[in-house]
Amino acid sequence: MALSGVEIFKLLPKTNCKKCGHPTCLAFAMKLAQRQASLDLCPDVSEEAKKILGEASAPPIRPITMGSGDKAVKMGEETVLFRHDKKFVNPCAFAVEIKDTLSEEEVSNIAEQVVNSEIDRVGQKLRVDAIALTNESKDAGKLEAAAKIVAAKAPAVPVIICTENPQAAEGALKLFADKRPVIYGANASNAEAMANIAKTGKAILGVYAGGLDELSTLTEKIKSLGVEDMVIDSGARKAKDIIEHNTLIRRAAVKKNFKPLGYPVINFMQRENSLHEALLAVIGVSKYSSIIVLSSVEKWKNLALFTLRQNIYTDPQVPMQVEQKIYNIGDPNPDSPLFITTNFSLTYFIVSGEIENSKVASRLAVMDSEGLSVLTAWAAGKFTASKIAQFIQESGVEKDIQHKELIIPGYVAILSGSIEDKLPGWKITVGPREANAIPAFLKSRVA
Amino acid sequence: MAFTPTKETYSGKVYPVTIGTGGGEVTLGGENVLTFHSFEGSTPNRPLIAFEIQDVPPSDWPDNVQKPFEGISDDPVKWAKFCQDELKAKAIALRLIGTHPDRENRSPEDAAKTVKDLLSSINVPLIILGSNHAEKDSSVLVAVAEAAKDKNCVIGKAQEANYKTVAAAAMANNHKLIAMSELDINLSKQLNILITQMGFEKERLITDPMCSALGYGLEYTYSVMERIRLAALTQNDVTMQPPMLGDVGMYVWKVKETQAPESDMPQWGSAEERGIAWEAATATSLLIAGAELLIMRHPKAVEAVEKVIEELN
Repeated sequence: MALSGVEIFKLLPKTNCKKCGHPTCLAFAMKLAQRQASLDLCPDVSEEAKKILGEASAPPIRPITMGSGDKAVKMGEETVLFRHDKKFVNPCAFAVEIKDTLSEEEVSNIAEQVVNSEIDRVGQKLRVDAIALTNESKDAGKLEAAAKIVAAKAPAVPVIICTENPQAAEGALKLFADKRPVIYGANASNAEAMANIAKTGKAILGVYAGGLDELSTLTEKIKSLGVEDMVIDSGARKAKDIIEHNTLIRRAAVKKNFKPLGYPVINFMQRENSLHEALLAVIGVSKYSSIIVLSSVEKWKNLALFTLRQNIYTDPQVPMQVEQKIYNIGDPNPDSPLFITTNFSLTYFIVSGEIENSKVASRLAVMDSEGLSVLTAWAAGKFTASKIAQFIQESGVEKDIQHKELIIPGYVAILSGSIEDKLPGWKITVGPREANAIPAFLKSRVA
Repeated sequence: MAFTPTKETYSGKVYPVTIGTGGGEVTLGGENVLTFHSFEGSTPNRPLIAFEIQDVPPSDWPDNVQKPFEGISDDPVKWAKFCQDELKAKAIALRLIGTHPDRENRSPEDAAKTVKDLLSSINVPLIILGSNHAEKDSSVLVAVAEAAKDKNCVIGKAQEANYKTVAAAAMANNHKLIAMSELDINLSKQLNILITQMGFEKERLITDPMCSALGYGLEYTYSVMERIRLAALTQNDVTMQPPMLGDVGMYVWKVKETQAPESDMPQWGSAEERGIAWEAATATSLLIAGAELLIMRHPKAVEAVEKVIEELN
């Protein structure tokens, strides 16, 4: 549980020495409570206080990085249950299962699919994040053989080695030295051996138990064996149990600071039916999974899941923005209409969608208004006649069109005169107030 | 360390709303916990999915979602019966898009006839939606509410601009009412208050906080729904306790991802599966956020979401 400023103050030297840069120990304590200062700034704090404060200030869900290099995946660090309270921090990772019973060619194919899965959406690069290599054969040699192919074909992709057999884990782990893989895993009967392997190999340990009580006991035991980086699996496989366990784990960590469950959650969601599997993953993305293991990564499924993850993990306090530029809708020619609006992503999506619906090829000038919608941007002075005029002139759109007509949103009809003053030779037309009237508006112009 | 689960008990609950008549009644809502949290409270009714049909042929729908209804979607009665009998639809949502002045501009009388024909041929509950033209809807929805008198339908959507007329028609003819506002918890609350101040019982309302498609503002609908549901449960806010609607199909099947052929977008994979997944994923995430009623189009998307609901119970 986070400590209050006064509770922290009691643990400080109370000398008001100012060495930390704050006027008093109490002021420093208040900053610590708000996580705006670090305890390192106090040179005289006791070891005991450091220990208590260190534990209290650790994030409720342990930050863990899986993999290394550019494609490393950060997990944990979440602080809330609902995204409207505060941004969800580290987007969950999608991992695809590769069974060691597959042929060499099949293993290579899936590894290649993962490497080539990257797509770009609204300026973000999205991809399948990891490979879960499972010891379906129960044979250590087969696991190692498959691991070799994965290490060769997808060297930068983080790997989750899934086996209950410590020898098999050790053999496969050698191929990913210094790449921070996950070894999944440890259970009640092999915890010591697995903990040793994870410690020596600097791997993250995946911990499996049948239920939350057993899981809590097991993570405590493993921690006492010297392994701190774990991802946890309560054994939930059915959608109903996944929601229940993931919710209870997140609540325990965030609301009670219950350390034995303060780790990223791994959910195994492989199903025969790919669409059904995708929908389970939708539940995982929304409700607290840190790693989702899938059985297949078709392009259509990736696009839907990547997009959902992007939606759920956006910052609710920062409006989503699109890039300032002239967007072509359909295949516009020099006579096609030219619209202007602001760069709030929702505004852009709605306006461009309605223009698309009208089936009239057009150009849409999207102006940077710091992500505000039309009326708000106008009120805040970010969507003014002079700024619009400057944007249109600098955009170079004039050389692509024959007419000089700009359609502005109906809500800022008041600007039409002053834009005409600032854009000599241009005709400013007032468009509809609401985007859903755009198709009718365009239709009436043609008629 | 022994683990003690943190269970929540809430002071409020969602109103149960029953729709339909004559043995075909269905109840939605009624839970006193967040959706699918049956481990800490009561979730007596499963979410309901209604198949969307139109009063005019769906020529404006993308091919991939027109196909499953080929040969029957030229007639709303055939279309509805196909959904009820072949697809085992638990409810039908008729969108009177043909009444829109920019479309076929069908008259309120034509719309009322379509509704009467439908009601005499199906026995699952009927949701009757206007064309989302606030002015035209006030006359169309009045006519259809009368035509469906005492059939316990859901009429919608009442919006800020027309709620008085629409709510009065729903009230006079014993229907339930969808109240829609635009992606804002306060607007939603305000509209529910205005409607109940007219004497409309709050237990007969369904809230539509406005849907958005995956990738096109879904996170706004998702969070508004979560906030509405938390207000209903934790603050026992009676104005926020009606069941919620996700009008999924209409928003999903107009975005690029449900239309672009694979030849244009090779990185996006199969267009058919992509469209179905887009609708099913949007629907599932809104269920998780708290929607109890979904309006959807593609039979395969509905089937997949039904399967998930089954697994969540």
